[in-house]
Amino acid sequence: MKGKIESLRQAFEAELGQTATSEAVEKLRVAYLGKKGSVTELLKGLKGAGADQKKELGQHINQLKRQVEERLAQQVETIKAAEIQREIDAAEVYDVTLPTGGESGSYHPITIVQRQLEEIFASMGFIVEDFKEIVTDYECFEAVNIPKDHPARDMQDTYYLENGQLLKTHTSAAQNAILRKYGAPVRAIFPGRCFRNEATDASHENTFFQMEGIMVDKNISISNLIYFMKTMLSQVFERDVKVRLRPGFFPFVEPGFELDISCLICGGEGCSTCHHSGWVELCPCGMIHPNVLKAGGVDPEEYTGFAFGLGLTRLVMMKYGVKDIRDLNSGNLKALSQFRHE
Amino acid sequence: MLISMNWISDFVDLSGQDLPALIQRFTLSTAEVEETFQMGQDLRDVVSGKILSVENHPNSKKLHLLKVDGGDKIYDVVCGAPNVREGLVVPFVKEGGMVAGQEIACVKIAGYESHGMCCSEKELGISADHSGLMELPDHTPIGKDITELYAIRDTVFEVDNKSLTNRPDLWGHYGIAREFAALTGQPLKPLETVALEAFDSLDPIDIQVEDKELCFRYTGLKVRNIAKKVSPVDMRIRLFYCGSRAINLLADLTNYLMLEMGQPMHAFDCAKVDSIRVKRFAQPFSFTTLDGIERKVDENTLMICSKDQPVAIAGIMGGLDSEIEDNTDSLLLESANFDAASVRKSSTRLGLRTDASMRYEKTLDPEMTVPAIGRFIKLLQDIDPQAQVVSRLTDVYVKHYPAVELKFDQAYVDRYTGIEISGERILATLRALGFGAELSGNVFTVSVPSWRATKDVTINADIIEEITRVYGYDNFAVSTTLSPLYPQKKSLQNKTDNFAKDILVQTFQLHEVHSYIWTDAKKCRELGIQPGENVRLVNAQTPDHSVLRRNMGPAMLSFVNENRSFASDFGLFEIGRVCEGLEEDGLCRERKKLGIALYSRSQTEKELYFRLLDMIGTLGRSIKRVNFSFAGCQPEYAWQHPKNTAEISAGGEKLGWLCALHPSVAGKIDRKAAIVCAQLDMDSLAELPAAGMAYREPSRFPGIDIDLSLLVPDGMRYADMEPAWREAGAALAGVSLIDAFAQNGKKSLTLRFAFSSNEKTLSKEEVQPMVDGIVEKLAGQGVSLRG
Repeated sequence: MKGKIESLRQAFEAELGQTATSEAVEKLRVAYLGKKGSVTELLKGLKGAGADQKKELGQHINQLKRQVEERLAQQVETIKAAEIQREIDAAEVYDVTLPTGGESGSYHPITIVQRQLEEIFASMGFIVEDFKEIVTDYECFEAVNIPKDHPARDMQDTYYLENGQLLKTHTSAAQNAILRKYGAPVRAIFPGRCFRNEATDASHENTFFQMEGIMVDKNISISNLIYFMKTMLSQVFERDVKVRLRPGFFPFVEPGFELDISCLICGGEGCSTCHHSGWVELCPCGMIHPNVLKAGGVDPEEYTGFAFGLGLTRLVMMKYGVKDIRDLNSGNLKALSQFRHE
Repeated sequence: MLISMNWISDFVDLSGQDLPALIQRFTLSTAEVEETFQMGQDLRDVVSGKILSVENHPNSKKLHLLKVDGGDKIYDVVCGAPNVREGLVVPFVKEGGMVAGQEIACVKIAGYESHGMCCSEKELGISADHSGLMELPDHTPIGKDITELYAIRDTVFEVDNKSLTNRPDLWGHYGIAREFAALTGQPLKPLETVALEAFDSLDPIDIQVEDKELCFRYTGLKVRNIAKKVSPVDMRIRLFYCGSRAINLLADLTNYLMLEMGQPMHAFDCAKVDSIRVKRFAQPFSFTTLDGIERKVDENTLMICSKDQPVAIAGIMGGLDSEIEDNTDSLLLESANFDAASVRKSSTRLGLRTDASMRYEKTLDPEMTVPAIGRFIKLLQDIDPQAQVVSRLTDVYVKHYPAVELKFDQAYVDRYTGIEISGERILATLRALGFGAELSGNVFTVSVPSWRATKDVTINADIIEEITRVYGYDNFAVSTTLSPLYPQKKSLQNKTDNFAKDILVQTFQLHEVHSYIWTDAKKCRELGIQPGENVRLVNAQTPDHSVLRRNMGPAMLSFVNENRSFASDFGLFEIGRVCEGLEEDGLCRERKKLGIALYSRSQTEKELYFRLLDMIGTLGRSIKRVNFSFAGCQPEYAWQHPKNTAEISAGGEKLGWLCALHPSVAGKIDRKAAIVCAQLDMDSLAELPAAGMAYREPSRFPGIDIDLSLLVPDGMRYADMEPAWREAGAALAGVSLIDAFAQNGKKSLTLRFAFSSNEKTLSKEEVQPMVDGIVEKLAGQGVSLRG
């Protein structure tokens, strides 16, 4: 009997060595361990044996059974591994260097720069407001201290509508509404599209964007104005920007200033961009005129404030080196599709 | 405006000052200097030379051979000027010297060596005259450097006129000199004038201001016996450096006075004008100004008349007929003040802007008219002592500006500046600028000088500017505020816009564009689009741009048309504003709209239409968690597709539309491509309440999906079938479209009905009655199960 067990073990090993597929292994399992399998038959054959013999032979057969089970499992693993290896060997190597679609949308550059500014100002506690484009004479002029006979109201600068309204010539047209909406104290910026009735060329557009900001509170001073402008512009240009103020006349501020920044091209040494002065004129600003505060329902005896008007379109041109302002309203996707979000 | 520092130095001592630094300071404290010019720096070894002899050049008809005494020796010179003559004293550049930046070397001219050059005024850079040699007076010492004889060396700077618009006092050198006095702390010298009271015994001039609305003051004086015709060289140099042209003594003097004091003056020939009427005419008429141009003058234009004959357009330009000529020996001098707006408007109407009108536009100080005449007479008599005043000063002073007095305290200044500027410094600054300033206790009392009181300085904040600009903004501390911080909110519109842009650009790869607020009628015509009527601009640059846009469609379609070569498939959008006609109160109904247009050469129109629909649906779901409703509708515009135009709405409110194009328009853009277009009202979208976000426990039990393939009769829409399962029961969790195609003229849809329960695993048997109910209701509408 022992010999029979041993020869069966050898026969199994020999047959196992022949199996190459999971199916063959399964067939082998049935042949040895199935209901009528060789090992099962052996166990059946023990019925007639004596108790001592039964015990000893039973251990041998069970050992064979365990061995067959283990070896079968091993063989399945080996075959599976070989199958996976074959699949890997047969697999295609993907060429990741092939050009892909790469299609991507684009933001208008005004949107990109406007968002950057909004983020900076929001971080300094400014509200971001939106304002209409068609305004009244009162909003655009009267409320911001531009009297009836002021040249800014002349036909050549302002687009008037047949119903007496006009296209806003500056974002200051929103000052009154914002002062009235929020009262003092207030910090707000209001980007918007403005219109001037003038002939267009590479550096002049009749439709352009500005961004105005106001800050009104008790004791707002010229020192504060310089601080905010310097901080904000350093953020915009991502470097320490030097600023200087010069007197400038704008009816809605008093005192009014022209703000210059140190030339970004030459760093203030003097170059053709800054006409060798080292400075570039960037934006008008000033302390809000008491008449403007009054018109907005704010008491100028109690509150002061500053206002500034950034040329958003101009900033875009400076930042991206856009040479022809007309490209911005051209809808030309060969130009505009280059502006991805930052 | 050009400013000569030599001229400034007449009124304020600038010796020892670093002029370029001082001019820079002027930019930072007063007005922007655009450019600085160093005059006469390109001259070297130019002396007064005497022409001792003149011989004809043997080889030339025009040239002469000269012997010129240069003071140090006699020079042989070849000269081609027409006015050479023996004994003439001229500016002479010695060999090795320099004029106009060019070195004069020894050269051979037609065979003869020339060791120097005699110069014209143009060559010296002191006028445009190149007609011949500059003739110096006979008594001029010989061999003297020309820059010592005349004030040729000068520093001249140009101020940006725009930065002077609010400063009527800065339109002459004397006002600028006052600024330099304040900036340097040097005293401002008084203007030397003739005391006009001396003529009080003479007869007055007949001056009547009939139009007291537009003429504020008219001052006149008559002078006769003027013998000198040519202005002194130094005066002519100043005029030239400041952009004026020397004409004759009297014309030059009026120009000189204007450049010096900012007061425009006019000299009438006494032979032609002897009385003055200031008035407007009832009827338009023609008038020839002294530039020889005949102009139409309307009834709003103020005129100066002699009796009833117009002789000048007030504040703008004199007439040709009354002009002083070279032989004029007596004059009626006008020094007047007119309404600024009236001069500006007249000047605009006439298309004639002059140095005088530019100044009057700024609201000049009427107090200036009399001192200007005193100064004119002083300068005239210095040059021509024979000139004789023959009338008393006649002064019609119609409108006085009120005196302005302001009071404020130190705390007021501190609050505005954020720094401490001492009381003494404030007083000194204001006084240097001509203000009366007293400090009593803590209160400053400031009286504004007449030249700042016409409009410029009226309130306390104006005084802050005076104090701070002279103090220098560079000297300010840079400090943040101590204001408390408040939470800031982004406006709703702004947030919605940004959200929509992100989805369109990042999810759908669209390109953002900007167009104009007016309709481009020309582009519309090219695409066969009827621009339509709307509110108009009254002063558009072209009639094609005069109607405000009512919707975003045409602009987006024009851009699609212009970008056809950009890519085979692209989409673009703009969030812009339109005007939807007028509200009841007469104001424009302005709305913010999103316009989208898609173009594709690879997709069908239908595919593109649904892509657009998906985009818009995504906007609603992402921004407001709302499912927009779409319903086919009648096109609003003729360029929209008669069948495939749909309304977008939410909660019954119309938000916009999407459409394919009318074939006639689509064909004009591109026959081979599909184009679709949509508009969404961003104001309404921003205001649309967002759907709630109530959390529901997900079912722990598997659900059952039942797919039904349906044959749908022609013309039936999905929306028409929806009622069939609307009341199927709570277990119906969702319906989705699996497949859609057309077969034998019948539409076939495969819908997946998902059933699930929170309480148990549903069995097919439990679901079947619900499915049967749906199928039965569908059958009632003519929808049958397929196959």
